[in-house]
Amino acid sequence: MLSQLKRIDVSRYSIYVILLVVVVAASLLSENFLSSDNIFNVLRQVAVITILAYGAMTLIIGGMIDLSAGAVMAFSGVVSVMVYKSTSNMLIAVLAAVLVGVACNLVSAFLVASLRTPAFIVTLGMMLIARGAVLELTQGQNVLQLGDFVLIGQGNLGWLPIPVLILIVVTLVIWYLMNQTRYGRSVYAVGGNEEAARAAGIPVERVKYQAFLVNGVLVGIAGVIFMSRVNAGLPNAGVGYELQAITAPIIGGTSFSGGVGTVFGTLAGALIVGVLGNIMNLIGIGSYVQQIVMGAIIVVAVAYDVFSKRGKAKTTILKSDAKGETVPPSGGATAAPPGGARTAS
Amino acid sequence: MSAPLLSVTGVSKSFPGVKALDDVSFDVRPGTVHALCGENGAGKSTLMKIINGIYQPDTGTIRVRGDEVRIKNPIDARAHGIAMISQELNYIPDMSIAESFFLGRLPMKAGRVDWRFIRREARRLLAEEGLGFSINRRLGTLTVSEIQTLEIVRAVYHSADVLIMDEPTSAIAHKEVESLFAKIRDLRAQGKSIIYISHKMDEVFELADDISVLRDGTVVSTQPASDVTPAQVIAQMVGRDLDHQSYPKERIEIGDTVFKATGLSAEHMFEDIDLEIKAGEIVGLAGLIGAGRSEVVRAIFGLDKLDRGQIEIENVPVRIPHPKAAIAHGVAMLSEDRRLVGIVPELSIKKNATLASLKKVIRGGFARKREEERLVSDYFAKMNVKAPSTETRIANLSGGNQQKVLLARWLIADPKVMLLDEPTRGIDVGAKFEIYKIMTQLARQGRGILMISSELPELIGMCDRIYVMSAGRLTAELTRDQFSQETILKYAMNEIEVA
Repeated sequence: MLSQLKRIDVSRYSIYVILLVVVVAASLLSENFLSSDNIFNVLRQVAVITILAYGAMTLIIGGMIDLSAGAVMAFSGVVSVMVYKSTSNMLIAVLAAVLVGVACNLVSAFLVASLRTPAFIVTLGMMLIARGAVLELTQGQNVLQLGDFVLIGQGNLGWLPIPVLILIVVTLVIWYLMNQTRYGRSVYAVGGNEEAARAAGIPVERVKYQAFLVNGVLVGIAGVIFMSRVNAGLPNAGVGYELQAITAPIIGGTSFSGGVGTVFGTLAGALIVGVLGNIMNLIGIGSYVQQIVMGAIIVVAVAYDVFSKRGKAKTTILKSDAKGETVPPSGGATAAPPGGARTAS
Repeated sequence: MSAPLLSVTGVSKSFPGVKALDDVSFDVRPGTVHALCGENGAGKSTLMKIINGIYQPDTGTIRVRGDEVRIKNPIDARAHGIAMISQELNYIPDMSIAESFFLGRLPMKAGRVDWRFIRREARRLLAEEGLGFSINRRLGTLTVSEIQTLEIVRAVYHSADVLIMDEPTSAIAHKEVESLFAKIRDLRAQGKSIIYISHKMDEVFELADDISVLRDGTVVSTQPASDVTPAQVIAQMVGRDLDHQSYPKERIEIGDTVFKATGLSAEHMFEDIDLEIKAGEIVGLAGLIGAGRSEVVRAIFGLDKLDRGQIEIENVPVRIPHPKAAIAHGVAMLSEDRRLVGIVPELSIKKNATLASLKKVIRGGFARKREEERLVSDYFAKMNVKAPSTETRIANLSGGNQQKVLLARWLIADPKVMLLDEPTRGIDVGAKFEIYKIMTQLARQGRGILMISSELPELIGMCDRIYVMSAGRLTAELTRDQFSQETILKYAMNEIEVA
């Protein structure tokens, strides 16, 4: 009874199609868009958010979340700047940033993994703690005159901006971690069904620590790039970045309930947001309206995701996300019945 | 013959790539229990979801009391007097009994919820049913059976005439089944109709007036229960003759002890449990629900804590604080709760199958995709998993096929001892037989198997020895010549007097 009909799998690649559409639309709307200056400018701008987004993606796939990313990024970036000013050693400065990012995240990991406190609350607290710490450290003053520190954010390696180079390296590393390692497999399993993962011998707590560890490293790196790009240590930097960082993977198909998501989907999500922001700047749409547009995109992206999943169970329209799903949904495969339609009623 | 209360005519339903229902017709007469039998994947759930308005049929009509109706959602279904008492009960643990009776249709008075009316009605209903609960009792503090009873009461209160019960006895204890059956007979006497879905032939034949058999999306027969035998119904379900009384049990050379537990205790759960499993042996663990069988197995596997006791694997004492350690020592466990402690729904068959053996498929810093595919497709074919490919999401498989994938997960991990907790629960007859065959093969490979089961024929058919538990203690260890349903039940109901 199981036919092996191969269907063209649209939704699996739809995020890339949307990215392509956005890029084409942008190049039609503004002739400046496709200039290499502008392209690199977009990539430079999205580098920080995308790196944060990979951390957010990792945690969301693992069934967690980080609301402290923006604040911890500011904290680690400012510490890095201060270390650089007193040592003039770039390596030590970068390590300091990573150390701060990792330290904050390991505290969160301890509360989430070992004490089983909800990640939402823990990282909300961490957001306030990190922001308070960086403001106290600087007494709210910007740290200026950074000297060669700006090279990371503003420099080029040949024709390639260094933030873009870092983004490429980080993308490959995260792709490797998520797809080629036991850690990556474990993250998907823990987020997909924690109890089942534990019963299959996955060290659930350790995996959660590792996910926060990865996030901490990424947040530290993002802090360095950010401060270097603006050529200052800004204790108020990164407000709201945690939400932008969550937006990219969600647009890119990461499921908010955990267990599902891809690195390149997240990259595409971040690029869509970046390109839309850029084109709105180029054609002169104000930043207030831009916020409205971004908000609408998030809502539409998630609504589409939910809708297409439900469509799979309810209609014969082809919207599967795996090759030739053919078994009639039974049990766990079915989408939730419409509101109020609990089968128990 | 009286006019049908519910009548399904020519209903078809397709999902991408598969025709789930093909021209299905059947009638439910008023005041009867109509059993619906079929293997998993035969289309029973899809059909019930159409009747309950969760799915829309592609073609065909549904009539209630002769009037054609369109059931767009479960609210519509309720309005037409159809209520579903579901297989896996959905309820809100923190909700009170009173509120749950009116969930989705809270009565309003002057713009506010009429709590006084709700409380009065709830109190009256509980009293009428002879249920001694407080109306403020939280649902989360009740047993599955009690919640089921309340659901039935609620459905009838809201004037349901057709009650759909999907495997209602799968999660309740033996004596609770009796009261459920009494309730069903009572409803039938009141002229209600019950659509009863079950794998258990004894239940079907005890209750049903009519039996319809579904196979591969079509109704192969509808007949009065008095006209057929269980063996005939099973033959209709599987489309071939299968003597369900015969188990693929083989004489296998019993080897050395692979697993030995002494004095296992966990407070309030079980005490002083001694178990021994030899290579090639299938050992049963019998007992009533609540006797502590699953708890023992979970604790051995490191999912729950042991207070005292020693475990030896191949005569070496080991400590198992978590499942990872259990697996490292060659112990595997198939949980009774496939969905909660088994599958990772969003992952593919392949990734589910290799989850306990990541070391084998990820080596030298890279995932060995080809090797993983080879490993999985090997078992995929051997176990006859029905799915388009190993990349299919496991959530899309039927229960029996999910169970096979989970068995494959443990075979790939290559354990010495397998703890199987209700390995055939909720699985159709054909798949059950295949799982028995797999168990026999495992035993032949020299593994030790401990099987928990609530189905005594299965234990008697498959086991070399059976331990019986009652109220957290071992009450008997039986050898094959001592096996009988009566003996096992006697020890299972035997409350030990503590000196």
